[in-house]
Amino acid sequence: MPGSDLAPPSGPTDSPRQDGPREGPHEGPVARWFNRRGWSDLITGIPFFWLFFFFLIPFVIVVAMSFATRSPTSPPFSFGLDGGLLDFRSYARLFSDQLYIRALGISLWMAALSTVLCLLIGYPMALALTRLSPSVRTIMLMLVILPFWTSFLLRVYAWMGLMGTNSWFNRGLTALYNMVVPADWALRSIQMMNTNFAVVVVMVYSYLPFMVLPLYANLERLDMTLNEAAEDLGSRPWQVFRDVTLPLSIPGIIAGGLLVFIPVSGELVVPGLVGNPSNPMIGRVISDEFASARDWPMAATVAVALLVLLVGPMMAYSHFENRAQTRREEAP
Amino acid sequence: MKFNRRQTFAALGATLAMPYVRPSWAQAGSVNIYNWADYIGETTLEDFETKTGIKPVYDTYASAEEMQAKMLAGQTGYDVVGHSGLNMPQMIAAGVYQPIDHGRIANWKDMDPDVLAMEAVWDKDNAHGVPYMWGSVGVTYNLDMVKERLPDADLNSLDVIFKPENAAKLADCGISLLDSPTDVIPMALRYLGMDGDTTNVDDYKKVVELLKPIRKSIRTFDNTNYLNAIPNGELCAVNTWSGDYLVARSRAKDAGVDINLAYFVPKTGAPAWVDVLALPSDAKNVENGYAFLNFLMQPEVIAACSDFTGYANASLAATALVKESIRTDPAVYPDATVKSRLWAPKPYNEDQDRAMTRAWTEIKTGG
Repeated sequence: MPGSDLAPPSGPTDSPRQDGPREGPHEGPVARWFNRRGWSDLITGIPFFWLFFFFLIPFVIVVAMSFATRSPTSPPFSFGLDGGLLDFRSYARLFSDQLYIRALGISLWMAALSTVLCLLIGYPMALALTRLSPSVRTIMLMLVILPFWTSFLLRVYAWMGLMGTNSWFNRGLTALYNMVVPADWALRSIQMMNTNFAVVVVMVYSYLPFMVLPLYANLERLDMTLNEAAEDLGSRPWQVFRDVTLPLSIPGIIAGGLLVFIPVSGELVVPGLVGNPSNPMIGRVISDEFASARDWPMAATVAVALLVLLVGPMMAYSHFENRAQTRREEAP
Repeated sequence: MKFNRRQTFAALGATLAMPYVRPSWAQAGSVNIYNWADYIGETTLEDFETKTGIKPVYDTYASAEEMQAKMLAGQTGYDVVGHSGLNMPQMIAAGVYQPIDHGRIANWKDMDPDVLAMEAVWDKDNAHGVPYMWGSVGVTYNLDMVKERLPDADLNSLDVIFKPENAAKLADCGISLLDSPTDVIPMALRYLGMDGDTTNVDDYKKVVELLKPIRKSIRTFDNTNYLNAIPNGELCAVNTWSGDYLVARSRAKDAGVDINLAYFVPKTGAPAWVDVLALPSDAKNVENGYAFLNFLMQPEVIAACSDFTGYANASLAATALVKESIRTDPAVYPDATVKSRLWAPKPYNEDQDRAMTRAWTEIKTGG
């Protein structure tokens, strides 16, 4: 009988067909809902409320703002200044002004480069982690997470200290370089700060754990007997990796890749501190439009464009995941 | 069971209501101040509380843009806000600040008329802001590094940075410009012999042309990080605000770095800046706000602020009370020659604002 097992234990046990309230005459529909499935609804509801209030509503505000007009008021935008309620000029500028397309291009390129480097460094790390004895593995995993215990900003500042032209690190590198090259190529110092090189180095350093951890979670679940079977069938270690481990770890690669790619493409702090201002990344452009130019509609427009660009791959990933899930369920 | 739930909800409700209960209680005898970090005397706030019994709550910002965005959004809950004078016109037009009754500030008579005149360019009759600290835009040089590369340079002239052959020589020891179009563009216009307050937006293109050949010699555009980079010897020709050179020097001293810094205001002219204290239109504790302004404008109190921040204050009566090393430093308290080079740039209209932002993006991303 559906519902009967959900009835509160204290409820009356007489005829279930009774139309009146089940728990005394004062119980209304709210109390009945609460007694039946209140907790489960509340618990599943919390994430939805969270997303609704802290993602969906702010996002709707940002989208609305992107159709507003900049004006000397507080807050500095208004609707319907020039007749029409919606102002599409910000979107027109997005495509007509080279700056935005260029900044988006630079951001996506830097993010792609950082993601590939994180993958190349992180994959062997994650694979090695799975092959360690459990006690050593715990220590090594701790070491991967350890940098998170220091403020992110502090670590970026540490890199700034390292790469600066007068640091011991830079001086050492310069001395090494000057020893190798002929005398008239000698340098006073190697310019590392305020270059794209510095941005990629710091990004890869900062986001590496986000690549290693999902990869490790994925690789750890793989069945080692598959490797043995492949070896029994005559595969060499490299072939085992290529034909067995790598294809099975694709979900981990995609998860790690997205965790690195998405935050890096919107990164503001790292390029702001160590980057080259002549190659602005999109985070900086949004912040400048918002703060320096006081053009909130334009900042909102760029933010919406960035979100649309990033949600695309995300949707593709979840589509891919769902399909893989169905395939796995159909397989046996 | 049911009773427990009710208790749970009561507790939950009370917890959720807590944040709303607390501020209304705190607002009874407090004043909420929003200003730059480290931009007040070391004991000013404690002294204020001891003297008046009003509890000051001092919130700080790290960038002018952050503060402006917050003030433009409104509903900040602040009663006294430190604001850059140059940006006051937009704020006044947007109705962010309320007019100030000069009669309620006892020491208004001590205000430096020169500073009041500069502030009045952005705020007619000084109606909305009480001048707090003021200074100039100029260039801080690491003398040893610059002299090694350009022994004969006249540091009073912007030729050192704006001439491509000089800039190329300084590129390896580090040139940085303020990331602030309203400071750099007027200064560059005057260097080119044009009107620094030009309303012809095509003139900004000439500044873009001027900076294009030296763009690759400029390492960065920055307003704050140079305070660490200068003591470390990472930069040698740094476009800064006046007081920052003192901060950089004291940081180098603290770190035990021997460094020879000097600050120059270009002889072709440079913008002056005045920071004001203003009362937001939606301030809740206006009375306490006035009490705070009144307390702060006493000569010995504002002099202690200058001692700590290293900036000149706007009170003439306080000058004699400021530490001698600060009061006699022409970079902080400019002499007549330097004062004649300074001017308060006229406020920008929307067209200029847009054109300037556009030109600035072109300058930064070019090269």
